[in-house]
Amino acid sequence: MPDSPIIEVVDLVRRFADRTVINDISFRIDRGETLVIMGGSGCGKSTLLRHIIGSMKPTSGSVKIFGEEITTMNEREIARIRGRFGMLFQSGALLASLTVGENVALPLVQHTKMSDDEIEEIVEQKLQMVGLTGFENLKPAEISGGMKKRVGLARALALDPELLFSDEPTSGLDPIMTAVVDQLTLKLTREAGMTAVVVTHDMTSAFRIATRMIMLGHGDIIAQGTPEEIRTSPNAEVQQFINGEADGPIPLNLSQDEHEHHRHVKPRPCVAARGRFHLKTS
Amino acid sequence: MAPIRIRFAIEGTFRFCRFASLVILRLRHDHVLKNYLQLNLNLLYWIFVAPFTGQFFDISQIFRQMVFIGVRATPMVALTAFSVGVTLAMQAAHSLQQLGAEIYVPDLVMVTLLREMGPVLIAVIVIGRSGSAVAAELGTMKVSEEIEALEVMAINPVQYLVVPRFLAMLVMLPALTIMGNYVGVFGGWAVCHFALNFNTAGYVLRALQSADTWDLYSGMIKSAVFAWIVITIACNAGLRVEGGAEGVGQATTASVVQALLAMLVTNAVLTGIFFFGG
Ligand SMILES: Nc1ncnc2c1ncn2[C@@H]1O[C@H](COP(=O)(O)OP(=O)(O)OP(=O)(O)O)[C@@H](O)[C@H]1O
Ligand SMILES: [Mg+2]
Repeated sequence: MPDSPIIEVVDLVRRFADRTVINDISFRIDRGETLVIMGGSGCGKSTLLRHIIGSMKPTSGSVKIFGEEITTMNEREIARIRGRFGMLFQSGALLASLTVGENVALPLVQHTKMSDDEIEEIVEQKLQMVGLTGFENLKPAEISGGMKKRVGLARALALDPELLFSDEPTSGLDPIMTAVVDQLTLKLTREAGMTAVVVTHDMTSAFRIATRMIMLGHGDIIAQGTPEEIRTSPNAEVQQFINGEADGPIPLNLSQDEHEHHRHVKPRPCVAARGRFHLKTS
Repeated sequence: MAPIRIRFAIEGTFRFCRFASLVILRLRHDHVLKNYLQLNLNLLYWIFVAPFTGQFFDISQIFRQMVFIGVRATPMVALTAFSVGVTLAMQAAHSLQQLGAEIYVPDLVMVTLLREMGPVLIAVIVIGRSGSAVAAELGTMKVSEEIEALEVMAINPVQYLVVPRFLAMLVMLPALTIMGNYVGVFGGWAVCHFALNFNTAGYVLRALQSADTWDLYSGMIKSAVFAWIVITIACNAGLRVEGGAEGVGQATTASVVQALLAMLVTNAVLTGIFFFGG
């Protein structure tokens, strides 16, 4: 079945306590696509990814990945599926006790029967792809935030997955490195046929790599379509977002009246910030 | 000045009570007990079942953990055991001298160390040093998404992180206990030799005669059981951390408190079974 979707999300809902973060989202991703997910900070992009990869369970709805329902799977089945995709976390999520090289080698050591020499060669090659040759022996604590991102990307690509999730792969990177990472994504998707789901705030990079885009807001899909459709979208929120304007229809929580759901708890930030033992000395 | 001090006292007491109740209440609220049993079952699966389906755990990790958990604790264990041996000998000498029975000092040191003081005190040291370190390390990994990353790479955190620590602890705590026993007996010898004018051969002979192998074995069984308790509680606390650095701190404290309580209660039960049952 060549044209069955690689990922199919149907009526996905997720609530945390009384807050609905994802409210009835449905979309599909076909093989070979590069889907860019956009949306304001805190609108639930990372949470959406976590549901797709099965590390969070939805309140209701279904997520099919490679044609299999992941929301009802047990740990072992999920592990089998996870062998087929790579994931770059927003924070990099490198293992602090391992060096950069060991981090990239980890999936290879755990999931393949390759010899040490073969693994070393692949590690070197993957690090070279993200511009980090020569950093194999440093610990994650000794490299910068942008470098951690790139190591995370190298690790996600170590097993040559057919599907890649990346959560803000280019945040914290300089424009040149951003272009390098984008080109890498393009090469892997257009030439090697990988499917990619990329969360990003970086509009330049989004329009460079996307074949389709989804914009989230208020837990819903505000707009979706090809980059061209998004660029020319009549939706005011989309235009505000891609042009990066402070004035517009998107609520920013910059004033009091947007806080209805937090009203009943009177915030007293100064109490905790000063420390509970703070005594007025007067 | 005075009212301020009173306020401090009241607030301090309040915070302490709240903390104590949190530690105890956590047991009920967060289903800690259920999680804990689940972790134990998982652990048994990865040690005894999974290797037969071709999923081996990493042996080299075990040695690495043995160094962290055990080898680095030897100086502290040695110092503790020596002090305990000296203290036991002095107390014994003080009481036995009044009966004119100093000759029994080695017996007392030996038996007390092998049966009770050795396993318990060395477990206390290991809880404070290695148990808390494991809880803090795993907790930090949890809050920095490392555990989640492992899961997403289809690497089971129990297999990759808990199994090596568990096996390392299961080997190292009894090993440390054996070493501690030697050092403690040596401490007893120091007192007997320098203060009570025992000759060395007499002390060794007396000590060996007084203890039978069951004294040693019972201590070893205890210490293996303690190892199990300490490391599973520490790993469980670490893997369940929520809420940033503060959560890591709370989990570490909770793991130490829970491990200490569980260890001491278990010790009482085991002593009951071993020496009071028949
Ligand atoms: N474990 C959780 N418990 C409670 N609320 C959560 C949890 N995880 C996420 N949330 C809430 O879900 C919302 C979306 O979070 P998420 O991390 O998905 O945002 P995001 O779109 O990735 O933002 P950013 O662009 O800043 O990374 C936030 O309001 C957050 O408070
Ligand atoms: Mg995010």
